[in-house]
Amino acid sequence: MDIPRGKITTIMGPSGTGKTTLLKVIGGQLKPSGGSVQVDGLEVPKLRRRDLYTLRKRMGMLFQSGALLTDITVFDNVAFPLREHTDLPERLVRHLVLMRLQAVGLRGSRDLYPAELSGGMARRVALARALMLDPMMILYDEPFTGQDPISMGVLLELIKTVNEALNLTSVIVSHDLAEAMSISDYVVIISNGKVVAADSPEGLRQSDSEWVQQFLNGLPDGPVPFQAAAPDYATDLFDIEQRS
Amino acid sequence: MMDFLANSGRRYLNTLGSLGRASVFLAQLLSALPSLLLRFSLVIKQLFSSGVMTLSIILISGLFVGMVLALQGYNALVRFGAEDTLGSFVAVVLVRELGPVVTALLFAGRAGSAMTAEIGLMKATEQLSGLEMMAVDPFKRVFAPRFLAGFFALPALAAMFSAIAILGGHLVGVEVLGVDAGAYWSQMQASVDFWEDVVSGLIKAVVFGFVVCWIAIFQGADCVPTSEGVSSATTRTVVYSSLMVLGLDFLLTAIMFNV
Amino acid sequence: MNSRTTEILVGLFMLLFLGAMTILALKVSNLTSLSGVQGYQVRANFDNVGGLRVRAPVSAGGVKVGQVSHIEYDSETFEAKVTLTIDEKFNQFPTDTSASIYTAGLLGEQYIGLEPGADDEVLEQDSEIGLTQSALVLERLIGQVLLNK
Repeated sequence: MDIPRGKITTIMGPSGTGKTTLLKVIGGQLKPSGGSVQVDGLEVPKLRRRDLYTLRKRMGMLFQSGALLTDITVFDNVAFPLREHTDLPERLVRHLVLMRLQAVGLRGSRDLYPAELSGGMARRVALARALMLDPMMILYDEPFTGQDPISMGVLLELIKTVNEALNLTSVIVSHDLAEAMSISDYVVIISNGKVVAADSPEGLRQSDSEWVQQFLNGLPDGPVPFQAAAPDYATDLFDIEQRS
Repeated sequence: MMDFLANSGRRYLNTLGSLGRASVFLAQLLSALPSLLLRFSLVIKQLFSSGVMTLSIILISGLFVGMVLALQGYNALVRFGAEDTLGSFVAVVLVRELGPVVTALLFAGRAGSAMTAEIGLMKATEQLSGLEMMAVDPFKRVFAPRFLAGFFALPALAAMFSAIAILGGHLVGVEVLGVDAGAYWSQMQASVDFWEDVVSGLIKAVVFGFVVCWIAIFQGADCVPTSEGVSSATTRTVVYSSLMVLGLDFLLTAIMFNV
Repeated sequence: MNSRTTEILVGLFMLLFLGAMTILALKVSNLTSLSGVQGYQVRANFDNVGGLRVRAPVSAGGVKVGQVSHIEYDSETFEAKVTLTIDEKFNQFPTDTSASIYTAGLLGEQYIGLEPGADDEVLEQDSEIGLTQSALVLERLIGQVLLNK
């Protein structure tokens, strides 16, 4: 599969098909058991440590929990990548951090600790932090799970505007269909580690694949069976009776 | 029967595997140490949480251990009319043996378990992955400062433990039981040698600090990232560190003091 | 926790460590008194050193003037060869000074006592003390008393 530059791509699929794993492979945290992953022409699994870290400075990743450092404030969390990787004077750092916090609407919460934030706010802070080094690509791991409608709307709007304003490449892993479809330029559906379909949201809706229709419409039974693989029901029951 | 064999075989292989991972981990940890020279403030922060926070428990236990030693030692020595040697008895036992060992055990329980729990929780809440994705090496930012701080804090705490325990022994021996103060200190000075006793005791503490911090940080970084995994990793830290400290103590004593 | 407070507390921690080390070095151990480095060394041969140990004190007139730095067995003379380190301050011991092994109390530690002679020449580095008296071995003493009876 290809992920186009400057667009929002959503990777969807049933739970346990390896969506998050895919993100970790793109970020170079896990090595794939086979195949190849290229980011900006660089073969990620084969990069040396130093080169991988250089590449990661140009990637942002948003974790499900936000993954904020719990022992420092919101402000310090957002400033963290700058302080780690650059030697900018503190005034400039403050300036840049407040700009990012303003963009996600949390400039007023800068002195809170991550434990005092709601889930949606933590993700917005994490987004501000991911944007700190002006990355070319942001990976979102399940950004919509467990959000109320309002913060869901805020996040959707943010992802969209940020993507347009900074000309980012966004990769979203999600199984919140409607939301993801509404902002994506391109949707990839994977199942059992294989790409089942890849198209624009419109194209997918008109797909005649039984599998895609089951997934999009949330039908309980279909090519993905309701029952987990098991021996025949009747024999299974009978078997127990025989034994006792 | 076959199950039993298969299980014990699997457990054996698991143990070997984690030993291997721990060694690789140590190598990465040590290679991250030089980078700390530029970031000493990180070490200071960790010195606070592993050193300063452990100080009160060390000082209080030290005082009581010293007082108990004086009491027990006095009762044993007075039978031979040798209560004047109480000072040397208390000091030798503390400086060579109890100071480093008890400090290491308390340190493992207080600071070691806290290190494991903190790192384990950072792993469980994806903070470690988050750091990696921000191109920040957790070895340099998280593990190495804790290692260096703990490695330094333990000998320092052991020295304080011995010093306060000897003062506690003075309190009970001299003030309460009536041993002559001059005899207490002069007998001590006559039998304790700075290089052979005090410094070897500190070398022990340095070795214990190395091992306890290694175990604590490795268990945190290697744990299963769930609340259950973190809690069992914390338990393992305390159990393994205590066993290693006592085992190594025997080994080091045999090497250092076999006259 | 404010980082300034942290720094101050860590600083206090370091001060405590230095204090503890000072107590251990000066009050508990004998770092300031003779540590066997400074001073001059003289040798003395004894038939029997009894329970004498390295680092045992060497005293003259009840005052500590040095310590035992080395004990070995000479397989040619069948005697114990003891090396004493004596503080440089006390460099006026005549060459005919005698050395005896005493016991502090009935069961206490053994030490070497020096009794100055009257010679004009003084002991120097690597001199040898000729007049020695061995340790009083309690078992032997008891044996003698029983046999003479």
